[in-house]
Amino acid sequence: MATEGLVRARLRAESGAVAVFARRHRLHPLEALPWAAAIAAFALFPSYLPLGAQILATILFALSADLVLGYAGIVTLGHAAFFGAGAYTAGILAAHGWGEPISGLIAAALAAALLGLISGLVVLRTTGLSLLMQTLVIATLLHEAANKASVLTGGDDGLQGMVVWPIFGLFRFDLFGRTAYVYCLVVLFLGWWAARQIVHSPFGRSLTGIRENVLRMHAIGAPVMRRRLVIYTFAAGLAGMAGALVAQTTQFVGLGFLGLERSGTILIMLIIGGVGRLYGAFIGVPLYMIAQDRFSAIEPVYWYFGIGLLMVLVVVFARGGIFALIDRLRR
Amino acid sequence: MELRGGAGYEGPQRRGSLMADTLSAAISIGFHGLAFAMVLYLISVGLSVTMGMMGFVNLAHGVFAMLGGYVVTSLMSRHGVPFAAALAGAALVTALGSVVVERLLYRPLYGGDDLDQVLLTMGLVFMSVAAATYLWGPMEQPMHPPRWLSGEIAIGPRGFPAYRSFLILSGAALVTVLWLGLERTLFGLRIRAAVDNLRMAQSVGINTSRLFTLTFALGSGLAGLGGGLGADLLAINPNFALDNLVYFLIVVAVGGLGNIRGPFVAALLIGIADTGFKYLLPELGAFVIYALTLAILLWRPRGLFGRA
Repeated sequence: MATEGLVRARLRAESGAVAVFARRHRLHPLEALPWAAAIAAFALFPSYLPLGAQILATILFALSADLVLGYAGIVTLGHAAFFGAGAYTAGILAAHGWGEPISGLIAAALAAALLGLISGLVVLRTTGLSLLMQTLVIATLLHEAANKASVLTGGDDGLQGMVVWPIFGLFRFDLFGRTAYVYCLVVLFLGWWAARQIVHSPFGRSLTGIRENVLRMHAIGAPVMRRRLVIYTFAAGLAGMAGALVAQTTQFVGLGFLGLERSGTILIMLIIGGVGRLYGAFIGVPLYMIAQDRFSAIEPVYWYFGIGLLMVLVVVFARGGIFALIDRLRR
Repeated sequence: MELRGGAGYEGPQRRGSLMADTLSAAISIGFHGLAFAMVLYLISVGLSVTMGMMGFVNLAHGVFAMLGGYVVTSLMSRHGVPFAAALAGAALVTALGSVVVERLLYRPLYGGDDLDQVLLTMGLVFMSVAAATYLWGPMEQPMHPPRWLSGEIAIGPRGFPAYRSFLILSGAALVTVLWLGLERTLFGLRIRAAVDNLRMAQSVGINTSRLFTLTFALGSGLAGLGGGLGADLLAINPNFALDNLVYFLIVVAVGGLGNIRGPFVAALLIGIADTGFKYLLPELGAFVIYALTLAILLWRPRGLFGRA
């Protein structure tokens, strides 16, 4: 009798675990919230659409950083390399007579993904500080290359003279940023959908396993290096798309797209929201960028100080970002 | 960085002038590269030891060097403090400041997550940019060497800038003291023990908590000194810690963590190669250094002298 009870309890527990895993990939009603908010913002704040488009593109960039950092556990200081590579690809195409945005976007994603594949083969062989250093050095290398190849990139002055054609030949990029906003929203949605599918797939679960315990994943025979390389390449492609979005909608690419500052600030935005949750980007990026828009215009020095202080405070008091705070309040 | 006494092409009047020019360029690159290497080493050596000992990713190390630079330049130009006293002040102020930071902020994160350490120290770098702009303004701080170090020293037919010669000599003296201190004193022995095996060091009764703080203060004080001494090589401005971070990290990563010889070789390599390539191939600039670093890290991911 006693053993039968135990077996039954065990079975219940197992089916509970299975149910949790099965439920995870199903859409939760709350997941519609960011999209509803984005559509509402389009209607409510018509004069802020250019900023809105930047926020949407940056969310895509942060989402890409979340895949690398939050799911694969790769701490990188050079994620801007992919963002910048995508931006320069789309930018150089548009400045040299090919302004078709969709193919430019795809070309940017492919170029960034290729860079991710090649640099991933290099950096993912190591861990910890060495990995951090290699990502930083690769990004700095690209920054310096873009700086010196001024014939192609415009160097320190930035790339100018981009002409972006209407989307599908129909929707021109207007002055009010309406087309830019919708364009960024659609691309972000597709990127998010793809990222969500990946995260909840068996492949995504094995990534979490690698993050939590590499040795054990090696022990059960998971191809750790290959899986990390795949997610690194995919995330690089997403970051490249984000860069291309910013380039096409602002018609400008500068060296700052590749800089250490951008690699650092995207981490901050992600950390404010919460890492490894797929939705941290949707909270952290708008908060950061709206605050930046409000405060940095008044006094850039204080803004920088405030951001630095915020990073310190998040690490000391609020590890896990806003989502973790919400979790803690719920309990 | 500008080079003096370089090789300009003077035409075919003299036989062997090409060789003389090449030699002159090589001497120039060696001299200025050595001065740069000394500054890089003084700033980075503390970072290597503390990173190796505590496993703490400290991206804010350059902030202490910047602080040293500001202390030296403002003490000298605004308050008329003599050069040597200003240098001592810089080392002292940065060492004390670093103790506060270490005790309050770094300590809770030892042995923690890389990401937390990266974020915290990047946050400090951002704060330093803002604070320096607020306190000293956005402009570069001019460095005026004292009169006894301005001008040139003639060695044979050539003149060498006195200040840079002083930089090389004082750097060499400090390196010697540092090596002797680490190899021959009890304090140095304890540092080496803690780097080699932290738990064992604790087990045999070394107060590692105090050792961490002292080592950290020493490393930061050296960085402050390096920032002050090198103020005319690495310009002191609010973006110092952000702009030069890559250089300091490269020295540490190429040299290997937790030792003081590796970073010296790395600093020599980076200092001389950087000076040389910027002089000979200015169109490539710092590109070569980064490529070289990447190649070395590929070949030896733990650096030239890093332990497996």
